[in-house]
Amino acid sequence: MLKQIEGSRAMAQAIGLCRPEVICAYPITPQTHIVEGLGEMVREGEIANCEFINVESEFAALSVAIGASAAGARAYTATASQGLLYMAEAVYNASGLGLPVVMTLGNRAIGAPINIWNDHSDAMAVCDSGWMQLFAETNQEAVDLHIQAFRLAEELSMPVMVCVDGFILTHAVERVDIPEQAEVDAYLPPYEPVQVLDPQRPVSIGAMVGPEAFTEVRFLQHYKQTLALRLIPEFAAEFKARFGRDSGGLLRSYRADDAELIVVAMGSVNGTIKDTIDEMRADGVRIGLVTLVSFRPFPTAALREKLLRARNVVVIEKSLAVGMGGPLANNVDLALRNVAGAPQVHSVIAGLGGRPITRSSLHRVLRQALVQPWEGSHFLDLNEVIIAKELHYVRKVRRSGPTAENLLRRLGQAADAAAPARQS
Amino acid sequence: MFQVRFHGRGGQGVVTAAEMLSVAAFLEGRHAQAFPSFGSERMGAPVVSFCRIDDKEIRLREPILEPDALIVQDPTLFKVVDVCQGLKSSGYLLVNSNRSLDELHLGPVVARLPAGHALTVSASELALKYVGRPLPNAALLGAFAALTGIVDLKSVTAAIAEAFSAKIAQANIAAAAAAHDAVIGAAAAA
Repeated sequence: MLKQIEGSRAMAQAIGLCRPEVICAYPITPQTHIVEGLGEMVREGEIANCEFINVESEFAALSVAIGASAAGARAYTATASQGLLYMAEAVYNASGLGLPVVMTLGNRAIGAPINIWNDHSDAMAVCDSGWMQLFAETNQEAVDLHIQAFRLAEELSMPVMVCVDGFILTHAVERVDIPEQAEVDAYLPPYEPVQVLDPQRPVSIGAMVGPEAFTEVRFLQHYKQTLALRLIPEFAAEFKARFGRDSGGLLRSYRADDAELIVVAMGSVNGTIKDTIDEMRADGVRIGLVTLVSFRPFPTAALREKLLRARNVVVIEKSLAVGMGGPLANNVDLALRNVAGAPQVHSVIAGLGGRPITRSSLHRVLRQALVQPWEGSHFLDLNEVIIAKELHYVRKVRRSGPTAENLLRRLGQAADAAAPARQS
Repeated sequence: MFQVRFHGRGGQGVVTAAEMLSVAAFLEGRHAQAFPSFGSERMGAPVVSFCRIDDKEIRLREPILEPDALIVQDPTLFKVVDVCQGLKSSGYLLVNSNRSLDELHLGPVVARLPAGHALTVSASELALKYVGRPLPNAALLGAFAALTGIVDLKSVTAAIAEAFSAKIAQANIAAAAAAHDAVIGAAAAA
């Protein structure tokens, strides 16, 4: 049914349609509306046979989900940013034990400095924890990915994180087609665990494993993600056959077939990039886009196939591995490793801590990639003036003070200097 | 694509206003996208929200930098933030005030816009009269429908009915209708 609905509400309804049996979460911006919605649905009896468990922290939230999953329940939780870090030990446990928990990550920057706005730092912080990570471009895809995530997680008995851009998607009200219960039931069979804590057939889960088998446990974890490279497109194709929508998959491309310059990105920024590409195409630039849906498993071969014929690849990402550069760009580089005549890869760090990524800035950086490609990381819309002032200041003054406060003070001074024009 | 930026203060229903406008457009079979300015919202602090309306899927996710219309829920904001930034020369300006545009020192802005594209409406007074609280958002949407014709008053009414419980919705619908009529009346008199 088509609805004009807030993204978080739409996701809550989709998760409810997946018939979760245990939901446990701790509220944190910008994920809160999702679990609030689910809490209301459980209270009103709209989700049958489901318990909503209030917990005292994110660590408890995921620990309860792990326990519930081990007991054979379909378990769900959601978090963001510092909340994800607080549950980090349990994140590794869920994947290490092979428990198919589904978690929504309302992507948000990680502090310090504290910041509630969107970027992908939180997802990147745990990208190698063994969870699969799927990124939604729109709220429709966020809805659809949750349904596919339960299917994928339970098929492989591995946890899946559905990554949705905080605020940009979670708080946007837009058109979403919410599926019917019967459609979801036909797509997502009841959870049949491969391991379960059952008093009739007792097992222990969570053995200590020494050097004799640890590598093999890890290998099988990695092997499952390579199986997911095949399953993710299969489940997306079956989803399309049933629901009539292209959602999910490993990746998809836009106007990329004859493109000399291909942009690679994840999440909601792909919409703005598509509009920019249309404008540049109208000016005769052969530019296209590859939208990565699955970051883990990383679709190395599929991505290589899409990028091979381009001359330049620009990776635009909302994350920074401090001291290295863009983690997505690094992964894209890997897809082109040892390929003769591979395109040049250029890294753009953008949208950190919620800074808007605008068409005009995208035009500027993509034009630059055509005429004057750069090495290393380009920081989109970096305020070089206050950077220069701050660097000059800290070179002169030993006790120069906290960086964040210094920068905010400089911005305030700049705003005051510009203000009289408006006050008059 | 038609883009509307709402300016108000925390507690005035600025985010709800954008959402209701998006629902009104949706009910007319169009695509619409409403989103807040993503701040830590506080009572009384300047708040911005956005609504895009189009006949095709809306992919753009940047804030609205060049609005086709501005809805200003609190005229004191003109002294605090650059409310009119980016307003298109073909745009609309709707201000909640019982004073005239000239009295609000908006003459230079109005002069840039086509005739009849800017006006003030006493939305807070209408809200006080019909709703009993000075929440101008529904009344302003009624006025917006009359001023721009982008959405129909009927759709605005239906969107208000979706957003509030029955009794509060009825009061807001009455305020929206009164503001709508006031704008139509003012246009007829001009």
